[in-house]
Amino acid sequence: MDSYKIVFSGSGGQGVITAAIVLAEAAVVYDKLHAVQAQSYGPEARGGATRSDVIISDEKINYPKVSSPNLLVCLTQEAYNKFSNIVMPGGMIITDPKYVVISKSDATQLELPMYDTVVEKVGNPICFNTCMLGVVVKISNMVKVESIIKVFESRMPQKFVEINIKALKVGMELVSK
Amino acid sequence: MPVKDYIRKRFFPHIWCPGCGHGIVLGGMLGAIEELGLKKKDVVMVSGIGCSSRIVGYVDFHTLHTLHGRALAFATGVKFSRPELNVIVPMGDGDATAIGGNHFIHACRRNINMTAIVMNNRIYGMTGGQFSPLSGPGIYATTAPYSSIDYDFDIVELARGSGATFVARTTVYHVNEVKDYIKKAIQHKGFSVVEILSQCPTYFGRKNKLKDVNEMLEYFKNNTTPVGSQAKKDNPNLIERGIFVQIQKEEYCDKYLNVIEAASKEVKG
Amino acid sequence: MKEKIKFVQGNEACVEGALYAGCNFFAGYPITPSTEIAELLAARLPQSGGKFIQMEDEIASMCAIIGASLTGSKTMTATSGPGFSLKQEAIGYAIMAEIPCVIANVQRGGPSTGTPTHVSQGDVMQARWGTHGDHAIVAMTASNIQDVFEITIEAFNIAETFRTPVILLFDEVVGHMREKLVIPEKEKLQVIERLRTSVPPGTDYHPYFPRKDGRLPMSDFGGEHRYNVTGLFHDMWGFPTDKPEIVHNLMRHLVDKIENDPKHICKTKQYFLEDAKTVLVSYGASARTALEIVNYSRMRDRKVGLLELQTIWPFPKEIVSKICNQAERVIVVEMNMGQVLELVRANVKNPEKVYLCNRYDGNLVNIDDVKNVLRVVEGRGI
Repeated sequence: MDSYKIVFSGSGGQGVITAAIVLAEAAVVYDKLHAVQAQSYGPEARGGATRSDVIISDEKINYPKVSSPNLLVCLTQEAYNKFSNIVMPGGMIITDPKYVVISKSDATQLELPMYDTVVEKVGNPICFNTCMLGVVVKISNMVKVESIIKVFESRMPQKFVEINIKALKVGMELVSK
Repeated sequence: MPVKDYIRKRFFPHIWCPGCGHGIVLGGMLGAIEELGLKKKDVVMVSGIGCSSRIVGYVDFHTLHTLHGRALAFATGVKFSRPELNVIVPMGDGDATAIGGNHFIHACRRNINMTAIVMNNRIYGMTGGQFSPLSGPGIYATTAPYSSIDYDFDIVELARGSGATFVARTTVYHVNEVKDYIKKAIQHKGFSVVEILSQCPTYFGRKNKLKDVNEMLEYFKNNTTPVGSQAKKDNPNLIERGIFVQIQKEEYCDKYLNVIEAASKEVKG
Repeated sequence: MKEKIKFVQGNEACVEGALYAGCNFFAGYPITPSTEIAELLAARLPQSGGKFIQMEDEIASMCAIIGASLTGSKTMTATSGPGFSLKQEAIGYAIMAEIPCVIANVQRGGPSTGTPTHVSQGDVMQARWGTHGDHAIVAMTASNIQDVFEITIEAFNIAETFRTPVILLFDEVVGHMREKLVIPEKEKLQVIERLRTSVPPGTDYHPYFPRKDGRLPMSDFGGEHRYNVTGLFHDMWGFPTDKPEIVHNLMRHLVDKIENDPKHICKTKQYFLEDAKTVLVSYGASARTALEIVNYSRMRDRKVGLLELQTIWPFPKEIVSKICNQAERVIVVEMNMGQVLELVRANVKNPEKVYLCNRYDGNLVNIDDVKNVLRVVEGRGI
């Protein structure tokens, strides 16, 4: 297996870094894969452009940053404008039309109404990032869903685990459609 | 135990000039420790840099002679690591309130159970007679050849405002008060400050036309008065002596026990 | 405690290493990108009765860990660029008074406030010469999360063995990236406790009279032995002196105990060096890029190897010189303007064959950076 590279981007406070960590932790702790997660950030605690890189592989990973990802997630227009051209040829960009108006790109672009759907079905916008993670889990097909759920269970109180599992599945179903 | 048994005779004679007031502070400090019956192994004395700081070399306790201004920061490490030890921190005026001013106010704020003794001779002695934040305007010093324009701190007000829970002031002329206030400060649970006006005949005296040691001691006698006295009302220029602050407030190391308890519950829970 | 697998940042691995090594006292001040070390220890230390204190500044933090160490605690602080500058005077004190402690410096760009959230390896020389006066220092680094854990334990072991401050020279990339960490069972890795004096109470204890092997058994403040500790040159009692022969001998002792024992202190990792014609010398996050290039080159039958330095100070001269002298060319890969480059050049026969691949713009030196330099120095075109 080659290494699979994902860039999560958005603004501070959207939970893109958390989503990236959950994915990579599931790969390492429960699926016995190698993964690294790195991030770049500015001085802002909220807002600003946030980016988190995840590499998942069955071999040891040395260089931890991603220059051309297989998969790019952009949750803000700013992130999209900044990063949409870095996707590798044949790669994919995921956006939410609520936040991003896409333009021409060589990559396959998937626009999914993640925010509206998660608010509608789970009733809590805080799970937006988990819904996005569900999309990524489904598309990347690198990490088992059960492993993601185990990470939820190890990181959050039970009442949050349930709504996050719901949001994760909402995301996965969005892709199936 | 006689007071002389608290001395490291091996390291005498001391470096202080004839007529220096610091020896009186040393005597008062040892008298206080003796009367309290503290075991030598339970006392840690931490100092910074300056004439006053050399005091720790001469006493038979655990002694830590540190960096200029940083005595309270080192002492905080000692005390917080081993709260059962008695930590006493003698400092000079420049040491405590100029380079060490930040550590001073924060040690007051934490109310950590230590005793700070500020030996205030209003001059930097070891470096040869420069003005300090306690010199005040109009004082001559090697770095104030036309007299100082700097306002001075009032240690008592500084300590009170920063949260110290015991604050006292006296002078080396009032020998018994020196011992008494240090004793009370050590007994006090919380951060205690004792300011002791001391004389530096070599620099402060010579630069400011104070003829000799006697005249400097006379100054302490004639220009100070017990706190709250009628004399102060009659003459506001007098410097008050006495215990200015003595309040009970939960101490820092004790409060940390609550942190340990909360953290342990987290692990079990 | 059983083996545990975690997915953590370098800063958390440092915390796990410190706790594994028995660190029970931390004093610090928040500063990016090292803050997670303080935050995690604030939570973890009191869980086992350890002490965490947030001091009023970086200077106070450094002083507090020295004071605490004297009472027998295993202590550390953590900081970055500007804070590391502020700590230098007290680091010198710990060197002079021979007090074990560990200082983690998660490097960011400098000078001054520089780039707080971006990577650099610009403090190599400051770690060596940041405090004034002649002295020796130990500084160690690591390029991955498992190594951060292990090198942190090693830092405590060296601090306690040699009675010296040890600097952990990490960087923002390693400090913030997450990777797998395996925390072994207790006692699987060696943890060294400081040597304590066997002199009985009532008998004179000379705190600064080295044994034949150069080591100084300690006595904790609060114990029966009372002595003086000072940053001045001092005699065997710890009492200040300026006698030339005592000053001279103490200076020799302070430097020799570190510089004369490279076997115990100097650690490196070596990859494909046996037949390497091109040797990359690197450390910290840069070594990850270098290793990627070594693997890439080997797949193309190019004889490239990597010497990864884990001990920066004392500089592992002998190993560097032996390995680099066998190579046709050497490329130092680092994130500064050539601080280790100059050290490598000083320790090889042909310094003109030592090249630099670096970056000092706040980004990790990348794969193309190294590929390009490699192509040029191997004579494969510009």
